Amino acid sequence: MALEDILINKPKKKLFLLGNEAAVRGAIEAGISIAATYPGTPSSEIGDILHYLAKDANIYFEFSVNEKVAMEVAATAAVSGLRSFTFMKHVGLNVASDSFMTTAYNGVNGGMVILTADDPSMFSSQNEQDNRHYGRLAKIPILEPSNPQEIKDMVVYGFELSEKFKIPVIIRTTTRISHMRGIVELSEIKTSNNDNNKLKNNLKSNENVHWKKGFFKKNPNRYVPVPGNAAEMHKNLTLKFENIKKINTKLNKIYSAPKTSKNKNSKFKLGVISSGSGFNYTYDTINKYDLGIDILKLGFTHPFPEKEVLEFIKDLDGIFIVEEVDPIMEKEVLSIIGKNQLKISVFGKLNNVFPMIYEFNPDILLDSFKKFYQIAEKEKENEERNNIKDIYDEFSKEEININEYNQSTKLENTQLNKLIESLPNRHPTLCPGCPHRASYFAVKKSIEELEISEDNVIFASDIGCYTLGISPPYQTADYLLSMGSSIGDGGGLSKATNQTIMSFIGDSTFFHSGISPLINCIHNKNKFVLTILDNRTTAMTGGQSNPGLNVDGMGDPAPEISIEKIAISLGIEFVKIINPLNLKKAIETYKEAIEFDGVSVIIAKSPCALIKRLKKRKPMEIDYNKCIKCLECVKFLACPSISVKNDNIVIDPLSCKGCTTCRQMCKEKAIKIER
Amino acid sequence: MINMEENMFSKNPEFCKDSYTICMCGVGGQGIIKTSTIIGNGAINEGKKVVMSEVHGMSQRGGVVSSELKIGNYKSSLIEEFNSDMIIGFEPIEIVRNLNKVNKDTKMIINTHSIVPSNISSQKNSYPNIDEVIDILRENYNYVYPINGSQLAKESGNILTLNMVLLGAATADETFPISKDSIIIAMKNNLKANFYDMNTEAIEKGYETVKSLQ
Ligand code: SF4
Ligand code: SF4
Repeated sequence: MALEDILINKPKKKLFLLGNEAAVRGAIEAGISIAATYPGTPSSEIGDILHYLAKDANIYFEFSVNEKVAMEVAATAAVSGLRSFTFMKHVGLNVASDSFMTTAYNGVNGGMVILTADDPSMFSSQNEQDNRHYGRLAKIPILEPSNPQEIKDMVVYGFELSEKFKIPVIIRTTTRISHMRGIVELSEIKTSNNDNNKLKNNLKSNENVHWKKGFFKKNPNRYVPVPGNAAEMHKNLTLKFENIKKINTKLNKIYSAPKTSKNKNSKFKLGVISSGSGFNYTYDTINKYDLGIDILKLGFTHPFPEKEVLEFIKDLDGIFIVEEVDPIMEKEVLSIIGKNQLKISVFGKLNNVFPMIYEFNPDILLDSFKKFYQIAEKEKENEERNNIKDIYDEFSKEEININEYNQSTKLENTQLNKLIESLPNRHPTLCPGCPHRASYFAVKKSIEELEISEDNVIFASDIGCYTLGISPPYQTADYLLSMGSSIGDGGGLSKATNQTIMSFIGDSTFFHSGISPLINCIHNKNKFVLTILDNRTTAMTGGQSNPGLNVDGMGDPAPEISIEKIAISLGIEFVKIINPLNLKKAIETYKEAIEFDGVSVIIAKSPCALIKRLKKRKPMEIDYNKCIKCLECVKFLACPSISVKNDNIVIDPLSCKGCTTCRQMCKEKAIKIER
Repeated sequence: MINMEENMFSKNPEFCKDSYTICMCGVGGQGIIKTSTIIGNGAINEGKKVVMSEVHGMSQRGGVVSSELKIGNYKSSLIEEFNSDMIIGFEPIEIVRNLNKVNKDTKMIINTHSIVPSNISSQKNSYPNIDEVIDILRENYNYVYPINGSQLAKESGNILTLNMVLLGAATADETFPISKDSIIIAMKNNLKANFYDMNTEAIEKGYETVKSLQ
């Protein structure tokens, strides 16, 4: 499949799409005009695809400087009557949250969909927060798809819902859904007529843009939340929310167990309520083992569909709640049971039936069901205690055993287990030719030469590839909170301690949320060394553009913002640009920076080794006449291209990028450029 | 209790009909996700239902990459423990790391060419001897097909055709539910036209090699 296939207007055609691709298709079918994001796994591919397709799809697309700005771009588009789409990883919504909360108050005119991609089990995130809480915090509806087809369909439905109630709508995915590939049947693309020339007041009528423009109709009472207005706005929001509760939706569906199911007539009447990935595991487990339990799958999970849920559970003895991360639906169901004074036992996270943290999988579901039936079986033998409440009590007796979670299964065979345990690990590392390797080497070297003990240097790191500096041999990450935190942390640590503080931040992260903290550090007279690792891209998420580059999100030319000028304009006296691949100069500069009294800024500027258009440089090779096998290159650089084979150092000419870092650090001059 | 397990948790043949699950594992940059997408497209071409799970993220930085593909009535794209019908190891020790997905009868296609982690010298564990690893696997599993995929890929004209060699190898097993022809068609729909011949050759090479091992 080529990416262009996402654009074809052939209803009923089936494509094999990644969840994130399906999200783009949904947005295109819904006829969006504006899309904005800041890249973050697991939602990054949505932006990558839009970057590629936006113009052909008549969409304005930008990589905003951060998620908050992306939220604002989408909100203002929607209030101007356009359909707008913003998407971000779960923690991105933390960044956007201030404007997000008010967007609910201000409302929209064109539809606005916010896709938030949670990351249970933290494949590539600093936490596994459950963003369904945000819908509750802001009184915004939440849709939860379980597969790519549903992502596409719910994006389209989300726009309709949003427009109808003039409220933004959240689509909550998880890593497993965003990165699931499945069959998606296409629907028609709603063509948004570009009638820009008909807009009244179109002052720039000659401006020929490829996306449809809207018109902002003034109404400060509705759009400016000064206290008096805000009070009214909150009333309106609450009213909208109450009205949304009344709608009928097709997104919630009962999957009845077949009448013929061998377990249909077990002693207790059971049911499952589930959403997202949890539903997939539940469905497969129940059907694979023919457990005969009905499932209520919820796609529209906020406002919580109380009536449908009540209808489903009212004649049951016990109900399982299968949801990933926090027990949110479980508490909703408990509240329905309480309100209606029902006698139904709820089996979920709160009584240890399902794990409290991390993502689920089919094996976890199977284990939980097995545990349930085992206890039920035991209770059967006990004449007096033979009802569901006893099973419930049995589960609730157990304390949560966190250590049980996420343990890789042991095989039955000890020989194989031994083999597995003896394997070396394979953690991600800085790529061959990565300029961060040289920067870190220079930092460590300068500390050594200044004879400062390692314990006396604190490395405040940030979010990007350079966080990989946490592992040996570099060990240049001691503290980290969030995007941009390295600068505020550096400032704080310099007030809290007398240690040497070195902060590291990438170029994109600096633009994202490093500038205001830097202003803070200058104004409050901090002292630390800030390295801005300017590798000319947003590398970690796949190489997106950022304001430091001369192209925008759609590949058009754009003004390049100078990091150096920003630093100088703040009155910082020590601002130096280095090429980290020049080790000698880099070490010298670091020594000066560490001794400087105040905030010193080093911009380590050298492109990411993965940028495709870079000129290819000749690989290195070892001069075996000179190499004394001290192994320093292997130990201190950990470049994937350098390895030890049959007791000799070898450099793999295919992967070596010719950055010359190893050549410069070898004291024996035993590394040379291949001829 | 044993009774309960047997009765209650026996598999439903109706649901498991046409089920075939494939686990693919290796190291970033080996083309694992592309390969599974091609298999998925091949399955669709033959009218089958399919879901697949990709692990993205730090893949380009030498980390572990895997993907799981399930043909059949499944909604979840994760394979249950010990339940893969086939595992394709793009790197020999990565297959060992995923042994919790396989059982005695899982078809195991293994590229014997090793990729040693770059920080191996600072690790407690050393990289194992691959011949010994294969011997242990042979002792414990019934269908172990080690092939030097990287060598065959080079012979086909480019080391980057490794994934095609392994794909061809997979189709050689008679339990594999998609025909080699469907796979080749899916390959053509997914990869650049100027590499068709090279890729087809690589698929054939992998196919022949496994046929000769059976
Ligand atoms: S640093 Fe130089 S002398 Fe030492 S092992 Fe490496 S190549 Fe040989
Ligand atoms: S082997 Fe040396 S020159 Fe090649 S990429 Fe690694 S550090 Fe750079």
